[in-house]
Amino acid sequence: METAQHIYESEHEATSTGLPNAKLAMWVFLASDCLLFGALITTYVLYRGASLVGPYPKDVFDIPYTSVSSFVLLASSLTMVLALAAVQRGDLARMRVWLLATALLGMTFVGGQVYEFTTFYREGLKLSTNLFGTTFYVLTGFHGTHVAIGILMLLSLVAMSFTGKITQRESMTVELVGLYWHFVDIVWIVIFTVVYLIPTGK
Amino acid sequence: MDETGVQERAITRPGRGGRVVRHPSPKEYIRIAIVLAIVTAGEVGVYYADLPRSALIPILFVFAAIKFLLVVLWYMHLRFDSRTYARFFTLGLAGAITLFLVVLLTFKTFAR
Repeated sequence: METAQHIYESEHEATSTGLPNAKLAMWVFLASDCLLFGALITTYVLYRGASLVGPYPKDVFDIPYTSVSSFVLLASSLTMVLALAAVQRGDLARMRVWLLATALLGMTFVGGQVYEFTTFYREGLKLSTNLFGTTFYVLTGFHGTHVAIGILMLLSLVAMSFTGKITQRESMTVELVGLYWHFVDIVWIVIFTVVYLIPTGK
Repeated sequence: MDETGVQERAITRPGRGGRVVRHPSPKEYIRIAIVLAIVTAGEVGVYYADLPRSALIPILFVFAAIKFLLVVLWYMHLRFDSRTYARFFTLGLAGAITLFLVVLLTFKTFAR
């Protein structure tokens, strides 16, 4: 097994910052994504309680159900860091297991969101029904899309590990996908509180 | 390593200027996950506690902030990695919070 020193030396070329460019770029991307979700959350809060017709949040939200979804997404963050730890110590088999577990938990979350959207739609909440419907679907839809993209990245990592593109030396790729995945998790932490748990007047 | 493949040993890597960057051990990650689960359960419990809105909102924000920081600092390794990453992320986060406050104060949303 390679030493940690060797992993670090081989995983990126010398850069002017002394930091791997790919990781720096990922953090810059995440910073820009903060602004995207900041705008979407702001819009949701701005129009909170401003809908003239129902259904209103209290008519459709199922907090126990969404709480389970939140637990699922938090659990996926744990499996993601365990995948990273596995590849960093050269255990590719276990990395694949944890990556697949992360993807499965992500799929459960997205599946839950699709079910939630379908239920809301049947209860009369469409994208254009009221301001709540518009802001809610756009915000949570964007988040769900991020999760879906993350799942594709995770499955790609598993596939790449079979072709020799993911190794202990190339653990940076797993770390970058991990950063994206945890970002999706922290955005949900905010959405769960602001959208679901903070009560509205109606 | 135990039967779940979890190692106690933290992963250490040399960082900029020879500084050793320590990533948490898998057991540390699991401990963080347990705290996250407890805080989430606390959030849901507080939601059903029938507290006045003026008390409920600050409590929920504190819970959310704890979870946010635990994930960012430990799972995303900002506590251990180069501060340059943290600076970029803080810049984006500060931009988002500024946008939030400016828009909501402009439209007097907090007064509603």
